Amino acid sequence: MIGAFHLDGKPSVTAEGTEMRSYYGRPIIKEPVWTWEIPTYLFTGGLAGASAVLSSAAKVAGNEKLARTALYLGAAADVVSPALLISDLGRPERFHHMLRVVKVTSPMNVGSWVLFVSGGASTTAAALQLLGRLKPLRAVASLVAAVAGPVLATYTGVLFADTAVPVWHEGRHELPWIFGASAAASAGAAACMFVSPRDAGPARRVAVAGVLAEGALMQAMELRLGTVGEVYHEGAAGRFSLAAKGMATAGAALLARRGRKSRTAAIAGGALVCAGELCLRWAVFKAGFQSARDPKYVVETQRRRVEQHGTNATTKPGGETR
Amino acid sequence: MNLLQDLLEPTAGPDGWDAYGEEQKERVGFFTDTSVCIGCKACEVACKEWNLIPDDGHVWTGNSYDNTGELSANTWRHVAFIEQEKPLHANGDGGTGLRWLMESDVCKHCTHAACLDVCPTGSLFRTEFGTVVVQQDICNGCGYCVPACPFGVLDKRHLAPAPDLPAFAKEDGRVWKCTLCYDRLKGGHEPACAKACPTKSIQFGPLEELRERADARLAKLGAEGWNGAQLYGRDPDDGVGGFGAFFLLLDDPEVYGLPPDPVVTTRDLPQMWTNMLAAAGALLAGVTALTLIGGRR
Repeated sequence: MIGAFHLDGKPSVTAEGTEMRSYYGRPIIKEPVWTWEIPTYLFTGGLAGASAVLSSAAKVAGNEKLARTALYLGAAADVVSPALLISDLGRPERFHHMLRVVKVTSPMNVGSWVLFVSGGASTTAAALQLLGRLKPLRAVASLVAAVAGPVLATYTGVLFADTAVPVWHEGRHELPWIFGASAAASAGAAACMFVSPRDAGPARRVAVAGVLAEGALMQAMELRLGTVGEVYHEGAAGRFSLAAKGMATAGAALLARRGRKSRTAAIAGGALVCAGELCLRWAVFKAGFQSARDPKYVVETQRRRVEQHGTNATTKPGGETR
Repeated sequence: MNLLQDLLEPTAGPDGWDAYGEEQKERVGFFTDTSVCIGCKACEVACKEWNLIPDDGHVWTGNSYDNTGELSANTWRHVAFIEQEKPLHANGDGGTGLRWLMESDVCKHCTHAACLDVCPTGSLFRTEFGTVVVQQDICNGCGYCVPACPFGVLDKRHLAPAPDLPAFAKEDGRVWKCTLCYDRLKGGHEPACAKACPTKSIQFGPLEELRERADARLAKLGAEGWNGAQLYGRDPDDGVGGFGAFFLLLDDPEVYGLPPDPVVTTRDLPQMWTNMLAAAGALLAGVTALTLIGGRR
């Protein structure tokens, strides 16, 4: 009767084609407990951060219309962002506990402070712009938002990378760059939708460059990840990844070819890029779940490390640590 | 910035433990010797009873005698059952027979604990005994510790909330894990699981003493020819600075559902922050340049 079972647990086949041992095929690490708010926030936070930069730069360039639109868009995204994050908490009424300490070892704590400062600054600047009052304060607030914004757009890469999830941690070199490029793309694209093509030149260039950079960086990350990265071609992460590539590329092409002349093309292209960048965040998010669910990613990554460098995690008789 | 310094010195003692000064107690932990575990689950039951842990459902997994499956918000000791077909004799004579491995898993109370590092509220803290505990009155259920733990120990509790909570609190929503019976330690007692263990498979005591005991046990098993025997998490030089709760296993860690070479990912944080600052700088410079260089249209 015993022989009817597969006795070491369910077999999982490794990249090398050998059978990997596991405990009934169960996950070793836990899947994240985060829900839809988090990938959505990755998008809105990135949009807010990069929009603050675009707004300030446009202001310097003397492009008032673009500066104002990007300021409002960024502020709107900054209002939505904390609401999303609070909604994801298990105990939303305790959201302010995030700010009871300052802790550099916690990317989420650092991020909460950055969102607090950056979001506070950009919404203040937008409100003063709308009211047309306190010009000096508005200028200071815009500057603070423009400096904190890029951190807001990129820290989320560290947030994901600082976990035991193989596809996130092994992607730590590229994730902040990918999120930064994606943020630029969405900020440019969003501005293209709300500014007349006559003033949207910079936004178009930022959107197209962001899409190109993000695509190249994703490719670079997948190359580095090797078999760990295969989750980007499977299941929900694969579908989101494909949708992201398709929509962002189509949107960027539309913006580059026709965005200069046609308002309709600018709106359609901007919407496509934004949708593509949202899908990209979802792809990265879902890839983490898939990577955590299958124990082979944890075991293979660590066994490879043990083969290369040995390990002190286990001690065999005779003091041999391997 | 002390925290970052700690990260850069991965062989230092438990992070934050020294802050206790005179209040600091001897570091204690578990040595779980799976070679004498009989799979009675007294530890699971004692843990549930003492810590008032809620029901986690009655599920028949079909995986040997394991019907809890994993450590979770509502299971802080988990007994794993592994059935193996092994040769009866080293030379292969006499065919094969069943080997039944049992292991009572628990939070490792890492010297460098990722959960504690990443906790944004300071809810997870280092106790005076060198253990890692969640403060339930602080935890806001952000869930960051859940994927940060390299062992999958922590999880969010999804249960109806207590009646005194606001209406939008739909569930308990906080994360829970083994406290190494912090309340019992404070009262000078050993943790409930160790107290209940009938075979001394779960041993509680000062960590240094447990390490010596484990070394002796490993040497004995080695001499007796148990060639799969290995200590797991005993060495302070491993990826998490050694476990506060370590194990003697009879096969490789992954067979028990444990990671073969766990690391605290926060040890890469200094590099990750530097890398992020570069990316943020590039974003700032890139967007500014593309805006200033080139036409308005």
